[in-house]
Amino acid sequence: MMLNEIVSTAVKKFGVGREQLLPVLQYVVSQEKWLSEDALLGVARAFDMSAAEVYGVASFYSFLDTKPRGDYVIRVCRTVSCDMAGKEAIMEALEKTLHISVGETTADRKFTLLETNCMGWCAEGPAMLVNDYVYTGLTPEKVVDILQGYMAGA
Amino acid sequence: MKTIKVGLGTCGVSAGAQKTYEAIKNEIELQNIQAVLKETGCNGMCYREPLVEVIDEQKNSFVYGEVTPEKAKTIMNSHVLADEPVAEWLVQSTRPSEDDTFFKKQNRIVLRNCGIIDPSSITEYVATGGYEAIQRVLKEYTPERVIDVITRSGLRGRGGGGFLSGVKWKFCRDAAGDKKYIICNADEGDPGAFMDRSTLESDPHSVLEGMMICAYAIGAEEGYIYARAEYPKAVARLKHSIREALAKGFLGKNIFGSPVNFSVKIKEGAGAFVCGEETALIASIEGKRGMPRFRPPFPANKGLWGKPTNINNVETYANVPWIIMNGPEAFAAFGTDNSKGTKVFALAGKIQRGGLAEVPMGITINEIVFDIGGGIKEGKKFKAVQMGGPSGGCIPASMGDLQIDYQQINRTGAIMGSGGLVVMDESTCMVDMAKFFLRFTQDESCGKCTFCRIGTKRMLEVLERITDGNGKEGDIELLRHLAYEIRNNTICGLGQTAPNPVLTTLKYFPEEYEAHIREKRCPAHSCSALLTYSIKADACKGCMACAKACPAEAITGEKKKAHEINTAVCIKCGKCLETCKFNAVIKN
Ligand SMILES: Cc1cc2nc3c(=O)[nH]c(=O)nc-3n(C[C@H](O)[C@H](O)[C@H](O)COP(=O)(O)O)c2cc1C
Ligand code: SF4
Ligand code: SF4
Ligand code: SF4
Ligand code: FES
Ligand code: FES
Repeated sequence: MMLNEIVSTAVKKFGVGREQLLPVLQYVVSQEKWLSEDALLGVARAFDMSAAEVYGVASFYSFLDTKPRGDYVIRVCRTVSCDMAGKEAIMEALEKTLHISVGETTADRKFTLLETNCMGWCAEGPAMLVNDYVYTGLTPEKVVDILQGYMAGA
Repeated sequence: MKTIKVGLGTCGVSAGAQKTYEAIKNEIELQNIQAVLKETGCNGMCYREPLVEVIDEQKNSFVYGEVTPEKAKTIMNSHVLADEPVAEWLVQSTRPSEDDTFFKKQNRIVLRNCGIIDPSSITEYVATGGYEAIQRVLKEYTPERVIDVITRSGLRGRGGGGFLSGVKWKFCRDAAGDKKYIICNADEGDPGAFMDRSTLESDPHSVLEGMMICAYAIGAEEGYIYARAEYPKAVARLKHSIREALAKGFLGKNIFGSPVNFSVKIKEGAGAFVCGEETALIASIEGKRGMPRFRPPFPANKGLWGKPTNINNVETYANVPWIIMNGPEAFAAFGTDNSKGTKVFALAGKIQRGGLAEVPMGITINEIVFDIGGGIKEGKKFKAVQMGGPSGGCIPASMGDLQIDYQQINRTGAIMGSGGLVVMDESTCMVDMAKFFLRFTQDESCGKCTFCRIGTKRMLEVLERITDGNGKEGDIELLRHLAYEIRNNTICGLGQTAPNPVLTTLKYFPEEYEAHIREKRCPAHSCSALLTYSIKADACKGCMACAKACPAEAITGEKKKAHEINTAVCIKCGKCLETCKFNAVIKN
């Protein structure tokens, strides 16, 4: 779908009342993975708000990315229980396999590697989220397996 | 016919339960087995996921733990087909099992249906007596009587503050306004807490029913559930449950044929911890940045779109139907003078049995850690428990006999919070722990108050230099001073409680701070900057294994001769220690 189609679908689905701003932005992110300047402008126009205000709202929320993101956004929990369970080794394995550091996106725009705070899987850490999918009880080997699955185009 | 239930909460699925489910389904089809296969939520035994329960013709229950697809096949053939339970994998059944102690001290009110019913089936919820409480209330209770019952039960908010729920409902009922709202706070973000997710995934209708009762009591026709973005399955479950309830006329206009209207909408968060704070949450629902505002006015008077609004936590609402059905006295029979009922605790960290346990208030820390949690992993020593996440604090093992209730926990300098218990053993450095939580608050500060934004950053810098071995005399006083300023110059709970992890570790483990600062030593051998690795010449066999494993090429030595570590090159990765089979590598 083209960007303006995505925005208009979202607007049709949710409406343009102020309380629908987040749902609309979330919808765009679910399709595009991030909010480009054009997307923010499009949404601002639909809501009759200034682009700066829309940006202000979007930039407040870590899941409403305003930087380019890959098809698969990986968020590794960096909080206490997962850290105790060996998060560092997981991060190393991800960085090594993807050849990127935290905060970066692979050149082919397939993967973005991020850290996040506790996601509520603490008893089964280390944990990570790939888009909407949760992985727990990770080991460096498991992580490589999971990535290979996605690389193979799953 | 036997019934087979597979725990398909996100926790189960991420541990592989979906594959186990598929394997069982396959087996049933392949061998044309006469059995009913169902899904359920989590029973709290996270440490044993994936879980499979077999209920036989006599209604005896057999719960199996860590069931891989292969094990599932064996269970199907041996137990389901040949009536031979596979004893070695059983974690709970009519026969004694070492896991029995996990449940022995529990009393399940909030988790009453979790892991038992199919959460995607409103019929199963109804079959357990679900939606009877709301019908009783609609028929027999005035709103005032509902509020009186909840007040007398002594139920206190489970989202952190512990405010008496009945009193809060009364404020909102009494507030002037034509339109009122209720909100369910499902933004659960405290590190170590996951009971709200589990409840929503495993028994969503109990939360919806609690909300209905509350809405009736305060006179609201619209409710919102604000759920965090990290909980896609909980959101999907809720959406499904709301559709089911609408279809049955339990939600919408004239619910249960009464004159009362009530509808529920779901709002998804977008990854901001501070949105769990009630005024920030309201701003976020309104489509704004999730910034807390100064209170008063409280939401009960001026909440969503300026209207009187009641906001409660998931667990708080889930208690409500039970209280109506069983009476406030039955609820108040559990617990202590100031804290009634039960509380769900999430056990994580260095504990044997990580999971969810619902216990009566007044249970001791030791009972939770040892009797329920099975003690510390790898036979290590229990050192402390962190309660209440970034707003809470570390309680030392020496206070293990402390009875857990709101008052006792507050006295330690920690808080009950949402019930996350992160257990630490002797290898955990308390300064490092405080740093962890402070980094969390620093990350999540909304930036509105200078002392929260800059003050926590300054504190974090001080902690970083202490754990890096650059701590100075006066740092402890500086931390105390900053803590005082932050606590008194911020407008929401995030800032006001941010210093707690530092203050409690300073209070109970001052010698650890001093060792880092004065002796440049980390007593827990955890802070890598303060560690050195060396090889004991008399124990070293010269096998060269460590030298091969060392990524920094810091180890030299000839075959069959003692090796040495060049500390200038060593990056303190610990690989040598792991590798050496002769315990010749030591860390100091
Ligand atoms: C920074 C911050 C985060 C909070 N996060 C949550 C949360 O995730 N869930 C929750 O129920 N309450 C949270 N609270 C408490 C809420 O502000 C509010 O007190 C609570 O939802 C009221 O419900 P209760 O009375 O049932 O506990 C948070 C408070 C603060 C200051
Ligand atoms: S205390 Fe911190 S999180 Fe709370 S309003 Fe102030 S800056 Fe924001
Ligand atoms: S700690 Fe790591 S870097 Fe240092 S000597 Fe051992 S293996 Fe080498
Ligand atoms: S692995 Fe142990 S025994 Fe072998 S060379 Fe290294 S220190 Fe010596
Ligand atoms: S600490 Fe990682 S999920 Fe909670
Ligand atoms: S079993 Fe689901 S939360 Fe642990």
